[in-house]
Amino acid sequence: MKIDLRQVEEAAKELYIRALKRLPPDVKQGFDALAKSETDAGARRMLGTMIRNIGVAEDTDNLLCQDTGIPIYNVWIGRGVELDGVALKLAIRRGCERSTREYSFRSSIVHPTTRVNEQTSCGRGVPIINVDFSEDEESLVIEMLPKGSGSENNSWLRMAVPAEGVDAIKTFVIDCVLEAGGKTCPPTIVGVGVGGTADLCVHLAKVAATRALGTHCDDPEGARLEEELGPAVNMLGVGPQGLGGDSTAFAVHVETAATHITMNPVAVNMQCHSARRARATFRPSGVEYGY
Amino acid sequence: MAHYELTAPLTEEAVRKLRVDDTVSLNGTLFGIRDATQIHMFDRGRKTRFDLSGHAVIHTAPNVKKVQKSAAYPAGYAPLCVGTTTSDRMERFTRPLMQQCGVRLVIGKGGLRDESLRAFGDLGGAYLAIIGGTAALETTWVESIEDVDLDDLNPESLWKFRVRNFGPLLVAMDSHGGSLYSEVKRTAQERRAAALRRLGVR
Repeated sequence: MKIDLRQVEEAAKELYIRALKRLPPDVKQGFDALAKSETDAGARRMLGTMIRNIGVAEDTDNLLCQDTGIPIYNVWIGRGVELDGVALKLAIRRGCERSTREYSFRSSIVHPTTRVNEQTSCGRGVPIINVDFSEDEESLVIEMLPKGSGSENNSWLRMAVPAEGVDAIKTFVIDCVLEAGGKTCPPTIVGVGVGGTADLCVHLAKVAATRALGTHCDDPEGARLEEELGPAVNMLGVGPQGLGGDSTAFAVHVETAATHITMNPVAVNMQCHSARRARATFRPSGVEYGY
Repeated sequence: MAHYELTAPLTEEAVRKLRVDDTVSLNGTLFGIRDATQIHMFDRGRKTRFDLSGHAVIHTAPNVKKVQKSAAYPAGYAPLCVGTTTSDRMERFTRPLMQQCGVRLVIGKGGLRDESLRAFGDLGGAYLAIIGGTAALETTWVESIEDVDLDDLNPESLWKFRVRNFGPLLVAMDSHGGSLYSEVKRTAQERRAAALRRLGVR
C-alpha cells in the first residue's frame, strides 16, 4: 500500500481542527455517567454547563476550549505500507502549520527561553510526532491530540524504590490528584505510567491519559490498579473544577512496562475534561475520519 | 447566596459585598490578561494605556482573527474563541494588579492561593470562578473586542472585551477570607487516609 503524502498533509491539517471542535463519543458518555452519579448539586450544575458547552461548540462550529494545546500526532504504520518516513513527518508538520493559519486558531507554542511564538503551532520538536508500527497489513493510522496545558502542567514522576512496593504507586496517584486540585480542569482522566525508565514511565502516563474512556490496560496487573484507583480518587471530593463533588475523574488509566530490579518508577499525567482527540485511518479504499 | 449583575468600574464597597457562593454576571468592559502580559507589566515595567481601575480582569488568551477595523470590530480583531486559563500560575500578580492598577475582580479557573486571598482582604477584591474548558459557551457572552494593548505579546496581549450577561460566575474567593478552594482542599486532605485505606495501603 502506497501513501500519498499530500493526503497525509491534508489529514494532519483536518485532524487538528476536528479535534479542537468535536469531543469523542466515549468522553460524552463519560460526562453522562458522571452527571447521573454526582451527588453534589453545585457539581451537577457544573457538569451540566460542560455538557452544554459541547453542544454549543457543535452548533456554532467553534472550538470546545480556547487552549489549542501542544499538537501531538501518533502514527501507526501497517506492515504492508510503503512510505518515506522523513517525508511523512514533514507532511504532518506542514499540515499542522496550515491548520493554524487557515483556521485562524491560536498558536500556543513558544520557544522555551525566548518565548517567541512563530504563530504556526510549531517550533523546535513540535508538533510531537510519535511513530510506531501495527500488525495491520494495509493501514496507516494518524491520531491527533491537542494536549491542553492546564492538565499538562500537572505532571509528575517519582522514582520510587522496590522496597516501597505497589503502595508507593497508589499513594503517589492519590497525592498527585490532591496536588492538582482544580488546576487540571477536572473531571480528568488520570493517566498513570508504571515501570520502564524515567522517560518511558512519563510517556506511558501520557498514553494512559489520552486513551479512550472505557478501554482498559492490557496488562491484568495494570487493569486491576485502574479498577482500584478510580473509585479511590473519586472519594477525595475535589470535584469538577476543584470546587467540590464526587466527579474528580472520569477514570484512572494505567499503562505498564517492565523495569529494572532496582527501580519502581511511577508517573502521572492528566487529561482535562476537554479530552480531545481525532483519528484518520488510511486504507487502500481511502481516508476515514473518526476518534 | 445572592446574585449580582455588575458593570465595571466598581467601588470597593460593591466588591466587599460579595461573599463566597454568591454569583455574578458581568456587563460592559472586561479586560483579558495572561502570564506574558503580567510578566511584562510587573517584571519589565511596561505600562498600559488602559485604565484598569475598578475593573475586572480575566485570565485568558483568546483565539482571534485579524479583520478590517469597523464599528463591529473596532480593534481589527474578531473574537473566535474566548476562554479561560488556569489562574494558579499567575498567583504572584494578584496584589500588584490590585495595588498598582486598581483591579477589583479577577476571573479565572482553578483558583488562587493564600497570598491572593490576603490581597483581596487587604485591598477589596474577589475571585470569580468560571467553568474552565467551556470556551464555546463563554464566547457567546463576548460582544466584541473593543481595543487591544501590548499586542506584540499576541495572543497574550492586554485585551479589552465588551461582554453581555457574562456568567453566572461563582464567587469562589472573597474579601472576608472566604475561599471555596481552601475548603475543598481541607476536606480532600482529610479524606486522603480513607482513600489509602480503601486501596489497602499500609
